[in-house]
Amino acid sequence: MKKKLTTVEFRGTKQQEEQLLAIIEKYRGVQGAMMPILQQTQEVYGYLPVEAMRIIAEKTGKPLEEIFGIASFYSQFSLNPKGEVSIAVCLGTACYVKGSGDLFKKIEEVLGLEGGGTSSDGKYSLEATRCIGACGLAPVLTVNGTVYGRLGVGDIEGILAQYK
Amino acid sequence: MIRTHVLICGGTGCTSSGSMALKDTLEKELAAKGLTEEVKLVTTGCFGLCALGPVMIVYPDGTFYSMVKPDDIPEIVEEHLLKGRPVTRLEYHEKTGDHHAVTSLSETVFYKKQHRVALRNCGVINPEVIDEYIAVDGYQALGKVLTEMKPEDVIQTLIDSGLRGRGGGGFPTGLKWKFAAASQNEKKYVCCNADEGDPGAFMDRSILEGDPHAVLEAMAIAGYAIGADEGYIYVRAEYPIAIHRLEIAIAQAREYGLLGKDIFGTGFNFDIQLRLGAGAFVCGEETALMTSIEGNRGEPRPRPPFPAVKGLFQKPTILNNVETYANIPQIILKGADWFASMGTEKSKGTKVFALGGKITNTGLVEIPMGTTLREVIEEIGGGIPNGRKFKAAQTGGPSGGCIPASLIDTPIDYDNLIAIGSMMGSGGLIVMDEDNCMVDIARFFLDFTVDESCGKCTPCRIGTKRMLEILDKIIAGKGELEDLDRLEELAHYIKSASLCGLGQTAPNPVLSTLRYFRDEYVAHVVDKKCPAGVCKHLLTYTIDPEKCKGCTACARVCPAGAISGSVKTPHVIDAKKCLKCGACMTKCKFGAIEKK
Repeated sequence: MKKKLTTVEFRGTKQQEEQLLAIIEKYRGVQGAMMPILQQTQEVYGYLPVEAMRIIAEKTGKPLEEIFGIASFYSQFSLNPKGEVSIAVCLGTACYVKGSGDLFKKIEEVLGLEGGGTSSDGKYSLEATRCIGACGLAPVLTVNGTVYGRLGVGDIEGILAQYK
Repeated sequence: MIRTHVLICGGTGCTSSGSMALKDTLEKELAAKGLTEEVKLVTTGCFGLCALGPVMIVYPDGTFYSMVKPDDIPEIVEEHLLKGRPVTRLEYHEKTGDHHAVTSLSETVFYKKQHRVALRNCGVINPEVIDEYIAVDGYQALGKVLTEMKPEDVIQTLIDSGLRGRGGGGFPTGLKWKFAAASQNEKKYVCCNADEGDPGAFMDRSILEGDPHAVLEAMAIAGYAIGADEGYIYVRAEYPIAIHRLEIAIAQAREYGLLGKDIFGTGFNFDIQLRLGAGAFVCGEETALMTSIEGNRGEPRPRPPFPAVKGLFQKPTILNNVETYANIPQIILKGADWFASMGTEKSKGTKVFALGGKITNTGLVEIPMGTTLREVIEEIGGGIPNGRKFKAAQTGGPSGGCIPASLIDTPIDYDNLIAIGSMMGSGGLIVMDEDNCMVDIARFFLDFTVDESCGKCTPCRIGTKRMLEILDKIIAGKGELEDLDRLEELAHYIKSASLCGLGQTAPNPVLSTLRYFRDEYVAHVVDKKCPAGVCKHLLTYTIDPEKCKGCTACARVCPAGAISGSVKTPHVIDAKKCLKCGACMTKCKFGAIEKK
């Protein structure tokens, strides 16, 4: 999916920066460390802010554009902070043939949000995920990690209402 | 004294349907009743019957409970665990011909036709306790290899067994090892591909969650066979439970001296590291996976040089898939002949499939190669729900194809699937019924490959995009017959000119649906109709005046104001204004609205 740069202001703290520096230090001299560094940076900030990538570039000596190239290549890396209510609809095949595409469209419609985006107040974010492996419950979606399964379009508003 | 074991499934499927809450409640209830010394709770890997989750089994009697809720626990504890009377209403009842309830698990149709080799410990042992793995002959194969066999004997055993790669390609595993063993280099690597990106497939995840040590053991065996001392497991970050259990397993194996320096006192060193993928489908391709472990964008490299010569960090490397590894300890212990006695002439052993889509028993099954699709779908899978008709089965994910109902008696093996325009793939098997539109499914997969194409080579990056545009045009009702020829022509170029397996197989879903469901494409293009009623632009919604009671519910819900009519008289939809959103149809209580 094409990645959009965030419009949300960077709010990184001193403490987060220290954590980031510790991560970079931990992987000094390790072969192929860029992936784990970025993965752990994302755990610290909740996404990959350009500000953090700049620090990684400085400390590791890798060009920023190369790091950005890695961050934009993998779908797990998010250039956008996730919303307080983070919704992910599974668009794996098993869920798709059971109608998860319709669930996704319905949520876009209800929240007025495009897939991959975060509402400007930072409240909701919506993404399409690959198979999360709960095929027995298809179609499924997760809200902040909680799995909702065996859904129909009619269930969407009820689920979202719980997170108002 | 433990008198009863309760096995609760801790796989992703059952965890998603609440098995951990079940476990907590059961623990509390057992403590409250003072049964903790008598009843042992074991969290296992996947049992396979994900559709019925959360599931639990009580031993020694083997009672199989399905769809259990925390509220049911007090009754199970009181009646079954205390008084020895199974709670019949929660037992799994399989509907066979005579509606006879089967309680013994191995006798159910779902399990009877299965033969579990790679999954043998899933749902049986606690994957977080190495002793349980050792108790079922775990690490014996490694011991045998290190003390009784030469590396070339190990490789010969694999060659004789006929084991082929379970990740999709089906390359003979023993040969791959032989090439890597023949490469002269001080440093070599053993990699495990656990980046199961095929949407709808979860075989590898279930093995890692249910039996992680089997993979570690097999990797160490591989290390010995090719002369490597370091291994990497590249696992999807989306599999948190699998990652957690692998971390535990690696730590325990190191503690027991089964990984690390001087294993079994033989002077053999081998250790394993985990690397997390980051959600790129192309990283399932071997050279892309290695590029990703090296810390770069996961783009494939041209072959040759093959990884057996120049792989990870430019060193000779073997890469096998999780399921392939899971078979290896058993092959070493039971011998090549045992393994080769299962399956068909050129496809030996068993294959795990993730059954999904429109099928009653969604879940994980392991069948001997050569089992027919009909047996898998109608018998093991329990058929199509809601009385619908089987239309097609999709194997091989975005690289595979759709198998039509007319070929349902095909015995499943590598070569048969390729001959009918699909492929084994990693083992996703998605069942579709008459409500699924094959043009829409082809578009779904192509959309996936367009999204996942790494962009390195032109045929894949641009070719798949052009194919997608043509499909979009057809679905929008603007297609023409020539488009079908254009699709085939483009598909041919993309297949022959792409750099890696992703591009070379990307057109398969389109080609196979064109081959078997051409009439459906023609209906879209010529008649501007979608026979399955999926493609929105080709549908018209109408109200049956006989059934309409004039309740006005549809008119009120219509966002476009396309429905008119007075109270208690049949309503009408204005096709020009209709957005085809289907809101009226879901709202109508009388089934008066039809889409065609």
